[in-house]
Amino acid sequence: MNNLDCLIPIVAVVTDIRRDTPDVKTFRVVGLDGKKPFIHKPGQCAMLSIPGVGEALFSITSSPTNEKYLEFSIKKCGCVTEVLHSIEVGQQITLRGPYGRPFPVDTVFAKKDLLFVAGGIGLAPLRSVINYIRDKRENYGKVAVVYGARTAEDLVDYEEIEKEWKNVKDFDVYLTIDREQPDWTGHVGFVPNYVKEVGVPNTYTAVLCGPPIMIKFTLAGLLELGFKKENIYTTLELRMKCGIGKCGRCNVGDKYVCKDGPVFCMTELDELPDEY
Amino acid sequence: MYKIKLSDLDKLYKAISEDYPLYLPIKKAGEVNYGLYGEDEEVSLTTLKTVKSPKDAFFPQSEDLVNFKVDGNKIEVIDVRKEEQPFVVMGVRACDFKAFDVLDRVFLVDPLDTFYQNKRNAAIVVTNACTEPEDSCFCKVFGIDASDPSGDITTFIIGENLFWRANTEKGNALTEKVKGLFTETDDKIVAEEQKAIREKINSLPNVNLDLTPFKDEMLDIFNSEKWGKLSEACLGCGACTFVCPTCQCFDIRELTKNDGTVSRFRCWDSCMYSDFTKTAGGQPRTTQMQRYRQRFMHKLVYYPENNEGVYSCVGCGRCVKSCPMHLNIVKVIKAFDKGGKDE
Ligand code: SF4
Ligand code: SF4
Ligand code: FES
Repeated sequence: MNNLDCLIPIVAVVTDIRRDTPDVKTFRVVGLDGKKPFIHKPGQCAMLSIPGVGEALFSITSSPTNEKYLEFSIKKCGCVTEVLHSIEVGQQITLRGPYGRPFPVDTVFAKKDLLFVAGGIGLAPLRSVINYIRDKRENYGKVAVVYGARTAEDLVDYEEIEKEWKNVKDFDVYLTIDREQPDWTGHVGFVPNYVKEVGVPNTYTAVLCGPPIMIKFTLAGLLELGFKKENIYTTLELRMKCGIGKCGRCNVGDKYVCKDGPVFCMTELDELPDEY
Repeated sequence: MYKIKLSDLDKLYKAISEDYPLYLPIKKAGEVNYGLYGEDEEVSLTTLKTVKSPKDAFFPQSEDLVNFKVDGNKIEVIDVRKEEQPFVVMGVRACDFKAFDVLDRVFLVDPLDTFYQNKRNAAIVVTNACTEPEDSCFCKVFGIDASDPSGDITTFIIGENLFWRANTEKGNALTEKVKGLFTETDDKIVAEEQKAIREKINSLPNVNLDLTPFKDEMLDIFNSEKWGKLSEACLGCGACTFVCPTCQCFDIRELTKNDGTVSRFRCWDSCMYSDFTKTAGGQPRTTQMQRYRQRFMHKLVYYPENNEGVYSCVGCGRCVKSCPMHLNIVKVIKAFDKGGKDE
């Protein structure tokens, strides 16, 4: 018999659960031996499940430079996530992965100035790459992060952003929320507009992650500012089952989002049917 | 080359089934499908098109992937895969045999699907040349020669005899076991028959379909206004995908058994169904036109793009026969034919 099939998961255990926002929790996961279950690259995903409830694909939020554990920031929406939000530390889960094509952190992104734009839970896949870049600071140019959410409470990883990212050299962090609220002294307004106000030079390589509407308007704004499509990346999210390019579910054009994505350059998306 | 009288075939089936589970076309309730041979079964080797294709042999309609025992917050993973014993699939037509290659390019590329691979490796495939091709056949369009399928063994039903030719080591080994039932013969009659088959095939109505339009820009084909009319009548029943030898889409589901074990299994799914791509957050294909287009774009454009021009259709004609609304891939191909008229 051949080795374990990739559709057969391993068992892992949740060792920490952090509530990030009213509907996002971050789960820390290790293997049964207490070690990090596998090595991944920024932007990759993994299938998590609680048997009896079903599997779902999530982006790995921790950076590969974290050698101790994996983290997943998961928003409550749908069946599997509901149950995940109800579990406690010590709960075992099943895990398989890592899946997908990562951000080109060691090739295209190397030495570049980078602009990260995220909306809501869209920060989850970007957190992996941002922390990777923070930990390998000398390999990259300047970094700007524009991140927005509906309310201040909906900003994922707010503490990490305030305490860590804001103190990294040449890391500019811009936070915004959609509407005024009493305890908020920061910027108010939608992400696409804020990106334009911030005025990052169009020589930056940009990575966009968030709701489709945010991506659409941010992209339009960046193109207006003279950014080139070949320097803009995003991630796609479709219904997935296998995660390995076999079940056919995430097929768009000649690509399988689970295997050829989730990271795509805008020029690649231009060549695909608009079915995502 | 060997031959055996058709009237002696029962002896052959019996002899093979003493050593291996034998799957071949069997008639049940008026329909012929691949099934396990038993002495009481009505074998129908001459049936040209089984309702379902033989892909079940490697990619069953439903298949256990893994089981779990859940105890409080603990989980135990139980690998349910068995060591696959060698088995024989007999009567496979040229188109269906080529379809195995189409599936191989999905399941046997990295990362390997061991469920499929184990069965594929365990199988001895006996093909059967199509002495009586019919109007719905258009395998020739995909470069398939129905008069000379490969496989571990190739058989030809001609007159009162079945001719038998081993092509591989596996085929030789099986031949050795049943050789006592055969008489030796040269390949003259077979060669003549093959010539006749090719002539018959050349005169079928759909063997000159033109696939070159599908080499055009992907987005131009995708955005063609032809899809609307082509898909108008589609019910989204999925029949065409279930009978198709190359359709490979599956769903992964779970079932909790009475003893509390959770069984995770996969089962065939269809891109023709509205919930195929539906998520909590949205639905990229909201209309049946989009789903219909996906099926044929995948077979004629996307799949070839990823597989050196190999199409994910083998011209078996099953969808031509099974669609309650008389829609099918032939109509799609004709609609895009530049010289041709829309059907
Ligand atoms: S699309 Fe139709 S003709 Fe082609 S292989 Fe599938 S069932 Fe056969
Ligand atoms: S094309 Fe025909 S068989 Fe296929 S889903 Fe539509 S109605 Fe059903
Ligand atoms: S999720 Fe199965 S092919 Fe992508």
